[in-house]
Amino acid sequence: MNDSAQRGRDMPAPSERTALVVGATSDIGRAIASALAREGWALQLAARDRCRLDREARDLRIRTGASVTEHVCDILDTGRCAAFVNGLEPLPRAAICVVGMLGNQRESERAVAAAELVMRTNYTGPALLMGALAERFARRGEGTLVGVSSVAGDRGRGSNYVYGSAKAGFTAFLSGLRNRLAKNGVHAATVKPGFVRTRMTDGLRLPPILTAEADEAAAAVVAAIRRKRDVLYVRPVWRPIMAVIACIPERMFKRLRL
Amino acid sequence: MKLSGWGRYPALDCEVSPLRGPEGLEALFARGGSWIARGAGRAYGDAALNPELTVSMLGMNRLRAFDPRTGVLECEAGVLLADILDIFVPRGWFPPVVPGTKFVTVGGMIAADVHGKNHHREGSFGAHVDSLTLAAGDGEVRECSRAQNAALFRATLGGMGLTGAILSARFRMKPIESAWVAAETLPSRDLDETMALFKASAGFPYSVAWIDCLARGRKLGRAMVTRGAFMARGELPPGLVSTPLRAPSVRAAPAVPFDAPAWALNRFSVAAFNELYYRRGVRARPARAVRFDRFFFPLDGIGAWNRLYGRRGFVQYQCVFPKAESAAGLAALLGRVAASRRGSFLAVLKLFGAAGEGPMSFPMEGYTLALDFPMRGGALALLEELDGIVHERGGRLYLAKDARCAVECVRQGYPHLEAFRAVREETSARTRFASALSRRLAL
Repeated sequence: MNDSAQRGRDMPAPSERTALVVGATSDIGRAIASALAREGWALQLAARDRCRLDREARDLRIRTGASVTEHVCDILDTGRCAAFVNGLEPLPRAAICVVGMLGNQRESERAVAAAELVMRTNYTGPALLMGALAERFARRGEGTLVGVSSVAGDRGRGSNYVYGSAKAGFTAFLSGLRNRLAKNGVHAATVKPGFVRTRMTDGLRLPPILTAEADEAAAAVVAAIRRKRDVLYVRPVWRPIMAVIACIPERMFKRLRL
Repeated sequence: MKLSGWGRYPALDCEVSPLRGPEGLEALFARGGSWIARGAGRAYGDAALNPELTVSMLGMNRLRAFDPRTGVLECEAGVLLADILDIFVPRGWFPPVVPGTKFVTVGGMIAADVHGKNHHREGSFGAHVDSLTLAAGDGEVRECSRAQNAALFRATLGGMGLTGAILSARFRMKPIESAWVAAETLPSRDLDETMALFKASAGFPYSVAWIDCLARGRKLGRAMVTRGAFMARGELPPGLVSTPLRAPSVRAAPAVPFDAPAWALNRFSVAAFNELYYRRGVRARPARAVRFDRFFFPLDGIGAWNRLYGRRGFVQYQCVFPKAESAAGLAALLGRVAASRRGSFLAVLKLFGAAGEGPMSFPMEGYTLALDFPMRGGALALLEELDGIVHERGGRLYLAKDARCAVECVRQGYPHLEAFRAVREETSARTRFASALSRRLAL
């Protein structure tokens, strides 16, 4: 069957198309919300800071005319994770988690608290939230989860392994969800952006060919939802690069500065 | 990094930092030292350059409120005019005043108190601003309007970012029934006829003239006067009636891909261009429907057209003469330019209405003329001669275009300069907000 005809039939009616974006005040989160709104989705924006959340929500409403609700949510407060998910009305069709924190590798090596914050922000918080959403989606028998992970999780490297290990955990968690829930009609997608020009990478010198704009990352997320993609690199060039990096034998790898 | 204005002269090494949200202000003020806010970088000269710190406002680009009954829009200062047009033209709203390019920010339009083809009827952009928020010299964020912090509000209209960093503004848009302008173009044979055409066009909301700068003697000041008005739905040609507000965007324009060699724009190529352009206009074109972006932003159709002038860049010269002095002033100025044989690519003439509220706002009632000069040996000396003509006639220069005039120019041209300086002093803005322009002109 023709792919687009299939899509057309499976696409829920507009009133049912609600998407949750967690980390909505980040640059990628904003781009994702805006791309989804233009596609006719109603949005639930979640972020920690109420003021910044309100700033994004107002902007999105005026620009797109979309229905936008605001949900204050601290990803580190895992105790409130279930309550947050249960409080979503309606339960969204799609949930995207863009929460992330690069941190500073040197600082993470020296201070346990700094490393722990990076780990909780990139792994524990996002994984537990996606897990809680997955349970509800599984019970309903439908839904799409999109986790924005990182190429840094493909192999631990000396320059960013604290961040990378947390992202690796998140990637593995999403992979497991996908494996377990595909039978229940729930899809889990992993998006790996590579470098993206955002607030997080302000001041870093980034190679242009490897660096995406936030809008490209957003387009990848929309594609992941629409075409049920499994693992998606925002710039395809990252796939072979990370494949090569992952293949290097440890004996050589440990001598490299990566 | 090396930074310059749209004219690409001067280029200065500036420390650059982005402001992405109100939460970033504290760090900027904590740094000490002076800074200047920069929008889309469309001021031609050195207005948005400060080597110490230039703060990009492009991340401050959220819309805050829109009232679909009144057309009042509140948005952050870094919002691009192009985005406003994309969002609101299809909904039947148009900004009250638009400059010659849509790639400017709201903050920039206020800081330069920009004018458009409708200045004779609707004044400058500042006239339509109800209120704004300003990060003032002491680090406080102040709400400014005609009722609250009024002196600071007025000084900010045309204040070139020197009263503080504009964070957001509330302004009134106007309803349109279509995205199309009924435009007609009339040729004139000389300056008298050009000015007469402006007078005869007073009833049109929009008017502007392109002057042939190379025409001398009897033909001095010959021009094509374009005038127009937004079309009502009922006036549209049949093919457009069903989608009156849809006008395809020309955002993805082909850009000039490289710096043209310095000799590309010379007397002969410019003469040929003007002759062609003028010839085309000589057959007076009756009113026809023109897409709004073609009418208001013809040069936006050529991305990065500033590169046509080569690596050394160009300076734009825009002055205004009081109405009574306009005929003599324009004749002297155009005569001098024609005699110099340093032909200008662009020469735009426009009749202004009454002056705005800002002490440093550029427009005053009379004629304004804008010319481009490639940066070549002798260009600056010629411009100094032009300064003399402008001052002799009580005119002044547009700071958003300027990159080279002397302190004396501003002292003579802006009678409210002292009031502006006093506001800067009172609000501690003088030490906090500075640009290469403010230093050069001791503002």
